[in-house]
Amino acid sequence: MSIADVFGKAKAENRSVLVGCMPAGFPTVEGSIASMLAMADAGCDVIEVELPYSDPVMDGPVIQRASDIALAAGVRTRDTLRIIEAVASRGVPVVLMTYWNPIEKYGVDAFARDLAAAGATGMITPDLIPDEAGEWIAAADKHRIDKTFLVSPSSTDERLAMTVGQCRGFVYATALMGVTGARTAVSRQAPDLVARIRRADPDMPVGVGLGVGNGAQAAEVAAFADGVIVGSALIRCVLEAPDQAEGERKLRALSAELAEGVRNRP
Amino acid sequence: MTAPPQQKGHFGRFGGRFVPEALVGALDELEAAYREAKQDPAFQARFADLLTNYAGTPSLLYDAERLSAAVGAKILLKREDLNHTGAHKVRNVLGQALLAQRMGKRRVIAETGAGQHGVASATAAALLDLECVVYMGEVDTERQALNVARMRMLGATVVPVTTGSRTLKDALNDALRDWVASVDTTHYLLGTAAGPHPFPEIVRDFVGGIGIEAREQILARTGALPDAVAACVGGGSNAIGIFHAFVPDEGVRLFGFEAGGDGVETGRHAASITGGSSGVLHGARTYVLQDDDGQTVDSHSISAGLDYPGVGPEHAWLHDTGRATYEPVTDAEAMAAFQLLCRTEGIIPAIESAHALAGAARIAPRLRAELGREPVIVVNLSGRGDKDVHTAGAYFGVLDEREEIVMGEQE
Repeated sequence: MSIADVFGKAKAENRSVLVGCMPAGFPTVEGSIASMLAMADAGCDVIEVELPYSDPVMDGPVIQRASDIALAAGVRTRDTLRIIEAVASRGVPVVLMTYWNPIEKYGVDAFARDLAAAGATGMITPDLIPDEAGEWIAAADKHRIDKTFLVSPSSTDERLAMTVGQCRGFVYATALMGVTGARTAVSRQAPDLVARIRRADPDMPVGVGLGVGNGAQAAEVAAFADGVIVGSALIRCVLEAPDQAEGERKLRALSAELAEGVRNRP
Repeated sequence: MTAPPQQKGHFGRFGGRFVPEALVGALDELEAAYREAKQDPAFQARFADLLTNYAGTPSLLYDAERLSAAVGAKILLKREDLNHTGAHKVRNVLGQALLAQRMGKRRVIAETGAGQHGVASATAAALLDLECVVYMGEVDTERQALNVARMRMLGATVVPVTTGSRTLKDALNDALRDWVASVDTTHYLLGTAAGPHPFPEIVRDFVGGIGIEAREQILARTGALPDAVAACVGGGSNAIGIFHAFVPDEGVRLFGFEAGGDGVETGRHAASITGGSSGVLHGARTYVLQDDDGQTVDSHSISAGLDYPGVGPEHAWLHDTGRATYEPVTDAEAMAAFQLLCRTEGIIPAIESAHALAGAARIAPRLRAELGREPVIVVNLSGRGDKDVHTAGAYFGVLDEREEIVMGEQE
């Protein structure tokens, strides 16, 4: 199913899409595949696979720790592609979130080709703005990979329109000025940012990320966004669990809670 | 040769802005403020006044005769080690702190490795009454406890960074994370001529006085330009600072000496240009130390100030165009030059600067053969060695046993 179909289906059901994130290879390659499948089974509509990177400047402590664990265990870029393939082959829509340098090192066109072959539908680029993305845009277009760039509360209207104009699939709205990580309250800047995006392009689905950690917050964000993106809270389920089985149990419980949240627009 | 960067802040294929969208607004604001300040006589007068009457510049250009005799070239030392806070870095922090003030930002953050940029930032923040937070790898806070104390005495808050390899690159990551969340009130006082546009250009311009002064001083002294200019290169601010004024002088060879650590062939080094490859790190495309997957590889150098797995994008460009030549200098070569300067001139250099001295000694016979006469080389003595006495003392075995134990405990 394409990302456009996923958002279309959710819209028809008057709910938001739930996007759940997990770093590839955390804590092991097989463990991460099992975690992602558990999340999908329990209600995540889209799995956002994160490629672990040594210097993740957009990420808070939870994703940093998970990425460090994956890298210390020796996960490679090709493992991330293998993980995507394992999850996508089960019919789960998969997008990749990655910092730019690993893609540049792999070869931009070759990566887009292999990412498409692995079954991913799109790629989110937290440190690649469209201004620098000429090579990526060409490769993504050629290999039919959706492009998701980030917009932020600090983006000017002009940059916002430019960035949304370069997205395909959905645009990632960072709900607040800060790094990833669950927060106690939903950002007050998020509804305004989403409204500004809609003025720039009423048809582009908007996923909101940063700070959502439970069902109530998911419902709050679902009230104004097309997609709710949850990372750190899910990853913490595995990070803090004594073993993989307990981690998956917690992942299922939280995924189900979040899935209910995105269907429970206030 | 025209001076890049171009419109979008690129130096050829290098530079640019590889940052989260959240920072683009702050970078645009910084660029606009800088363009205005550059044209504002009041800003320039204030900066010049602080450089002269507070930092003690222009720094001397010293004719090092005994060193010259030892290496077989006429060596002139640009004495940045005599500046307030002991290095060229004071120029950059004063300029950026004034910019922060101009932008109405009352808080500055900085990253630091050995602590030199942290101390310089804390100094400028104290002078201009700004709040200062310095991110420093936990490993570095332990091995540079005195600099942590200095920063605190100057009123700064030091945050030990416990992620990743807990060194300079991770301190930079955490400073960027802070900035993403605090851009409205905070200026990121970046410590070297690297990072996203416009930092490489701004830092280069603020430290560019080094080269402008050296060029005037040598013309006044000898009536001619030097045959070569030599500097050490980590992030590359002191090197770009002295190179920039000489770039249009085609007869002046520019040499950047990177930290070769145990030797580039061992993999334990910090030579991003000679031992790394093109990539993206900390907001810019440049040469970086990375593995086959583009993951950053830890750097190694006896010199904490050069121990960084990237380099400023303008150096990457000067390397690609061939205008400047970059070579690695090992720990052992640098320490031999360190000792040579101590013994011949009575000057204890920063270990960083000792890399430039070692490189100058290496190129001297080469230039002599090429020119058929004694070459004239300007070496940027970018910092003084007080901070390195522990490291050098242990290296040369000149510490008494008891001191060695005390210092060992500090590390």
